[in-house]
Formats: sequence, structure tokens, C-alpha cells
Amino acid sequence: MRVLSLGRWLRAGRVPPREPASRPSGHRHSGHRPQGPPQELPQGPSQVPPQQKVSVEVLEHLEHLALVDFRDSEGVERLQKAIQFADQLHEVNTDGVEPMDSVLEDRCLYLREDDVTEGNCTKELLENARETVEEYFVAPPGNIPLVKLEGQKTFLQGSK
Amino acid sequence: MAAVLAMVARGCGGVWRRLRQRCAVRPGSGPFPRGERAVACNARGGMMSAGKSGLTPWIPVVGLEIHAQISSNSKLFSGSQVQFAAPPNSLVSFFDASLPGTLPVLNRRCVEAAVMTGLALNCHINKKSLFDRKHYFYADLPAGYQITQQRVPIAVNGSLSYSLCIDNKMSQMVTKTVRIKQIQLEQDSGKSLHDDARSQTLVDLNRAGVGLMELVMEPDMCCGEEAAAAVRELQLILQTLGSSQAVMAEGQLRVDANVSVHHPGEPYGVRTEVKNINSIRFLAKAVDYEIQRQIEELGNGGTISNETRAFDSKLGCTVPMRDKEGKQDYRFMPEPNLPPLILYDAKSLPANMNHQQVINIDWIRERLPDLPSVKREKLVEQYGILPEHSFTLLNEDGLPEFFENVVKQTQMKPKKVIGWILNDLLSYLKQHSLTVKESPVSSFLLADLLNLLEKKEISSTAAKQVLATSLSAFPHTCKQARDLIALLLCYVEMLVTKWDGTEDAAVTEKNWCLQGF
Repeated sequence: MRVLSLGRWLRAGRVPPREPASRPSGHRHSGHRPQGPPQELPQGPSQVPPQQKVSVEVLEHLEHLALVDFRDSEGVERLQKAIQFADQLHEVNTDGVEPMDSVLEDRCLYLREDDVTEGNCTKELLENARETVEEYFVAPPGNIPLVKLEGQKTFLQGSK
Repeated sequence: MAAVLAMVARGCGGVWRRLRQRCAVRPGSGPFPRGERAVACNARGGMMSAGKSGLTPWIPVVGLEIHAQISSNSKLFSGSQVQFAAPPNSLVSFFDASLPGTLPVLNRRCVEAAVMTGLALNCHINKKSLFDRKHYFYADLPAGYQITQQRVPIAVNGSLSYSLCIDNKMSQMVTKTVRIKQIQLEQDSGKSLHDDARSQTLVDLNRAGVGLMELVMEPDMCCGEEAAAAVRELQLILQTLGSSQAVMAEGQLRVDANVSVHHPGEPYGVRTEVKNINSIRFLAKAVDYEIQRQIEELGNGGTISNETRAFDSKLGCTVPMRDKEGKQDYRFMPEPNLPPLILYDAKSLPANMNHQQVINIDWIRERLPDLPSVKREKLVEQYGILPEHSFTLLNEDGLPEFFENVVKQTQMKPKKVIGWILNDLLSYLKQHSLTVKESPVSSFLLADLLNLLEKKEISSTAAKQVLATSLSAFPHTCKQARDLIALLLCYVEMLVTKWDGTEDAAVTEKNWCLQGF
């Protein structure tokens, strides 16, 4: 989430300002209570993994999975910077700390009664589709495999 | 055998091409669990010899992944209706269509159904379970991901016991167990209709978002018959609980089989996944065919690739379904819009929470109905019938009740009644594809007939004749007709007692009356 929100910094090509590490709070992480106000991250890159170039195979795999297009060197560079930024998380010592996977973890999951309250809006839904056939949405016959453009492939391989 | 298979395989070639276009590449099935086999398969040997050469035997290994549609009024995360046949895209909410700004809201009934099923299958219910997103692209999955429970599902480590006959005469039954790895809640996808003529797919989202329970079974089975028996028992359990109607023909119960073979003492072989199985009978056929195919292939020096195959019911063979997809990377991530699902029991029940927001596992456990295995035992105990008979009774919807009604209304011993039910009545119903509810003869009539037999007023042969005649005389149930026959039989009885005639006379009289209709 943090990587996404700092997208505009990345696009501007500037280094985003350092933010204090988000210390886990609450009853579960008693072993790592902050001693005082949140401190600045240590500047040393000792715990951050060395910057690695993203390989062509990984780029192709990512393009296939997420249907993004890295198009040119600027796109790949942006990706590298994003990875580098996220790698700062490694500077935090999380030994023996259970991972938190949602900030909603202490919220109550609301349970809905099993009543029919929605639906019957076929016309509205179909308005969003460019092409419909007798109230069905129309899609291509199957997943269209990604076409590897010749130029793109050479570029990616050349940047290795 | 090899020649037959080769012929069939050749015949399947063209089908493969058409099928590939028809069931266009559809990613989405999760990883198959590979664990230790707790139960060695040795029903009737279980091992299959490698054919004429008599080399080391093969052990087939079968695991199942079952998706059961939850029986509820509305969908898992939205308030649109769950219904089988409806105008396309009429049962779709904005959330189901994945329009921006919509969020999932969990349906309480679906959670209860999953807990019930987990308890019935002896699972450990996780008091805290989590939801995840499983990403893949396909036209009938508008969001681009499916909300499922990959990391911590709602129920784990259960077992399912099922029975099957050793021989074909239903005289020796053996009980087997298959371990349930986990049960998880997940969303169903929409339906794709492939229009090859116009090279397009039509998408109907009515089914998108319907609640599913995915049951993952460990590879404890060894042949098609075992797989079929296990699924049949699961179907009966789900129907008894009411958590799913489990009708395979309507897509409420979908089964994918994972099949591999290996030599004893060696590690498991490469498995293939078989999909497109539409009935329990086809499940047995598909599994057995795939086992044979793999044995043949390996026997001829070939290899088995980890692929997905579709079962073609017309040809009775499996054909490759996916070719260049390779291994899917689903990029599982926690569902950010749903907190963990917390379930309670009697001990941990919170004091001051709205009871509508609380699901109590113990409360649900207390209210579980008698499972089929318990019902079978009760019938054996109460009526003194054989376990095999009890098994056949419960296999037909409504037949146990029919049997009990007849027993209540007749002096004939249940052990004798069961013969009439299973041999005469059931065989007729099966021959004419009728359900017990559609039986032309009601339990009242049958009881009446059996009473006459008990009182020795008619002979056994005569009774059989009368039953056969009444069954065929009225192919459609009609309450008035049945009442009429009842009246008629009473009349005939009166006649018989007044007459003091011979058996044959009584039978003739009855038959004559029935044929008059």
C-alpha cells in the first residue's frame, strides 16, 4: 500500500522523504515496544538487500500475471526504484513477531442476514458493456495469449 | 486392452480439438495437497497388474477436490438471489459485477453451512479463519480475483467414512475412510457459454459470487468405485444437513479428480487432474479410465505430464485440456476488505455482543440432524434388517420413510417387508426412472396388500402379481386414483371373506377390478 501511495514521488523522479518505521503496536508485540518517540530509520544499508537488476524472465512473468506493460527503460527503472523502496522494510527486526496482514484484524467481521436485497438490474449492468448479445456480456473465446512484440523482446534482453 | 485404448485414444484426437475450443482454457483450480497416505488401498487388491508381462504391480492414487454450492437465499458476499435458472444477468448485484466502490459483506448462513459441514465430517473448526484473494484472468471472473480461504480455512483435518460392496451381490460391505484436508468458503464464478460459430463467449454472472464450500480430500482412494462411493456418501450428508442440495446435474456439486500411479515402495507418480465430470457414474468411469491410461502409457515407456484433462462422457475417455498455460501463479494475498472471521463456542461466547453477530459452534453441533450412517444403524437396530438393506434404503430419497410407513401399517415383519420394498417396488421404480415420490403405489396400498398376504388370504405369487399390475396400471401418481384403488381393495377383501372362495378366485377378482381402470 505504501509503495502505491508514493507513486507520484516515483514519477517525479525524486527520492521520497523518509518516514519513521511503523512500529507494530498493541498487546501482541510486547517484545518490541518502542522506548520513546518513533525514531528515524538508521541510514546504513546494512540490512537492506543489495540492489538487484530485475531479470527479463521476471519481467515477462510479471507482465503476463498482472497485464502491465513495462514498455521502456523508464518503466523498468521505476519498478527497480519501487522494489528498492519496499526493501527498506528489511531494516526492521521482526524476529519472533507474528506478521500482521490486515489493519482490520481487531475489527468485527459483520455478518449479514441471508435475505435477498439486490439484483434485478440487468439493464443498468449491460449499459456498461460495449457489446451485448441477448442480455449476455460478450467476451473473446478464451484468454488471448500475450503477443511478444519483436522490438520489446530485444529491448528487454538488451537491458540485461 | 492396449489395442482398445489406442483406438479410443485416436478417436479422441478430433474431440480434443473441439473440446479445447469449447472449454477454453480456464485457470483456477488450486494446488492439490500431497501428503502421506494414511490408508493403504487394498480393497480387492487395489493394485493393478501391469498387464500380460506380469511385472511389478501399480498402485493407483486418487484424490478429490469437491466444490459444493451452499444452499442459501443470497450470495456469499452480496444480497443478490441464488437460483438455478433465471434470465441472464438478472441475479447480479453491483458487487457481483465488480463495479468500483463495492465491498463484500459476509452472509451468516453460508458460514453456518460451512460449520455444519465441518462438524459432520469430524473436522476441527478454526475459531479464527482468514479470507484471501486468488488472482487469475477469465471473462467470467469480473474482479480478476476470487475471494477464498487459502491460508487459514474454516475447517481442517476431518474424515469421511463410506461403504462399498466387495462383490456385486451386495452381500459383503466394507467401510473405508478418506481424510478431509480442509473445507473453505469461496466465491463461485459466472458462467461462460462458448459460441464457436461467432468466435465469442457469452458471459452470465448469475452464478458469480454464489457461496461454495471447497472440500479437499487427501489421496486415500485407489479406484473409481471408491471415489464414487465417497462422493455419494458426501452427497447424502450434505443433503441431510441441508447445507447444499448437492445435485451434480445442476452444478451444485462439482468434482475434480487427481489421479496418479506408482510402484509399491516408490514415491508418488506425476498426477493429472480430471475435470468435466457430471455425474457419480462418470466419476467412476473417468477415474478408472485415467488409471488405465497412465498404466498403459508408463508401461509403453512413456511419461505422464502434470496436466489437466477433461472427461468426455460420450467416448468414455479423458482428453488433454490445457497445453501452454504452465503452472499458474495465483498471487495469493490477504483480502484487505474483510477482517478475520471469528467463531465462538459455549466457553468463549462474548457477553455483550448482538447475538445475530455471533456464531456458536456448540449451538450448531447440538442441532445437527442424524447423519446417514447414524440413520442406517438405527434402521438396522430398530427393524432387524441387514446393513446392506439399510444402505440401499438410504440411497433412495424418501425410501426409508416409505419403508417405515409400510411397517407401521402392516403386521408383516420388517425383515419380510424389506424384501418387497427392495426387490419388487424399487426395481420397478428404477426400471422406469421414477422417484419414490412418484411411486404409483403408496405405502398405504402396499401395507394393505402385505396384510392380505400375512393373513394368508392371498398367496405370495398372487401378491407379486397384484403389485406388478398396480404399479404398471398407474404410471402417474394420482391421489384420487390411489384412493379409488384403496376403496376397491377393501371391497375385494369384503368379497373374499364373504365368498370363502379359493385363493385364485380372490386374485382373479382383484386383478379384474384393477384392470378395469
